[in-house]
Amino acid sequence: MNEHISSAYDRDLEALQTLVMKMGGMVEDAILSSAKSLETRDIVLAEKVRAADKKIDALEEQINEDAARIIALRAPVSKDLRAILTVLRVAANLERIGDYAKNMAKRTVTLTDMAPIDGSDSALRRMSREVQEMLKDLLDAYLRRDAVLAEDVRQRDHDVDQMYNALFRELLTFMMEDPRNITTCMHLHFVAKNVERMGDLVTNMAEQVIYLVTGEMPEDDRPKGDETAFVGDVD
Amino acid sequence: MTQAKISAQGVQVHYADTHAIKDVNVEIADKEVTAFIGPSGCGKSTFLRCINRMNDTIDICRVTGDIRIDGEDIYDAKVDPVQLRAKVGMVFQKPNPFPKSIYDNVAYGPKIHGLSRNKAELDEIVEKSLRKAALWNEAKDRLHAPGTGLSGGQQQRLCIARAIATAPEVLLMDEPCSALDPIATAQVEELIDDLRQSFSVVIVTHSMQQAARVSQKTAFFHLGSLVEFGDTNKIFTNPEDPRTESYISGRIG
Repeated sequence: MNEHISSAYDRDLEALQTLVMKMGGMVEDAILSSAKSLETRDIVLAEKVRAADKKIDALEEQINEDAARIIALRAPVSKDLRAILTVLRVAANLERIGDYAKNMAKRTVTLTDMAPIDGSDSALRRMSREVQEMLKDLLDAYLRRDAVLAEDVRQRDHDVDQMYNALFRELLTFMMEDPRNITTCMHLHFVAKNVERMGDLVTNMAEQVIYLVTGEMPEDDRPKGDETAFVGDVD
Repeated sequence: MTQAKISAQGVQVHYADTHAIKDVNVEIADKEVTAFIGPSGCGKSTFLRCINRMNDTIDICRVTGDIRIDGEDIYDAKVDPVQLRAKVGMVFQKPNPFPKSIYDNVAYGPKIHGLSRNKAELDEIVEKSLRKAALWNEAKDRLHAPGTGLSGGQQQRLCIARAIATAPEVLLMDEPCSALDPIATAQVEELIDDLRQSFSVVIVTHSMQQAARVSQKTAFFHLGSLVEFGDTNKIFTNPEDPRTESYISGRIG
């Protein structure tokens, strides 16, 4: 892409992209740290995640303000317009993922006092790792304007959904075995659901990157993986 | 698509040795606003002036190809350019009212084309045209004051009233807002949107935002060629041609 005649415009757009990448890095870290804090019952780390979320929120606000300023001053069109719209949507989705990570950290503090459920912590960590990998690739796809990689990320959400389905059933089994597990399992289930939602949000961003590059939203043809809505259905 | 109001096929324009318009093909719809955009010297105004044969007045200018309005070849020997220009009105960059009263500015065209049989009919045409040009309320109490005494924006609306007084079918506008302030610009843009109900409007503009705001179709000219023509929404969100992209987003092409 050629440079703008106004070099300040280019600098503004670049600065905005840098903020998004910074925010993305912080959110990646929040996902990994919250999952790690849960697995190792590390309250200090969990508190760090909660504190860092404030910075993530502040970054989103700054991105929104800067984007609004560019829209007002430059009246962006075409690719520039799509770039700004993408920045706004990506920042909103990242902020939401940050919130889910914070929630996971909060539950970690509660879960520390409870007996662990076999295998669930490591399963959650694997799931979180998968989502973090998706986010990392998504940020690369965004930076490189790579629609193929974004599409790959979008398809990978299915794997996260499968992991969530498996964990859902596992937790159900633990709860049926012994009602004293219910509180712990409910917390863990919320964590699992949050990670699954993170995957959906990364998918949203992947679609936005495809729109940024191609100018068109992808068709709604990816496999939907969360089947837990049908668990217990007699049919 | 219904029958195009204006249809241009293989249009070429030469100014002496300069090839100003290179093989332009375009179909312009009725009751729509079509914007011509492009850098200075790209040929958009030259092409606009082909549509009412304004280039005829320039000796060294040679127009070839085929331009039809409602299927009729406007360069046919039988066509009287003066009659054609009554049918294809034009508004220029700088407001250029005649040094006459507001009334006479609007009445001049209908008079010379014999569009009214008596004073009452002429009064009616003047009022209707001024109303359509959104100038009636401001001008009705000073119809016999000189047109040049109006503000810039009012003068431009007076020129629009003058252009539509001869009941044209096509209205050509060559940067009609470039000499106006933002409020007068907004008024003229609002007016263009109303005019679309009655005419086919073609506007040349250097303001991307104006093209985006007022037009349904946009044509991008570059170095005498029509690079891209399509729905304004598409041109401004996802143009096909990288040259269009560069131009509308203010990049070095």
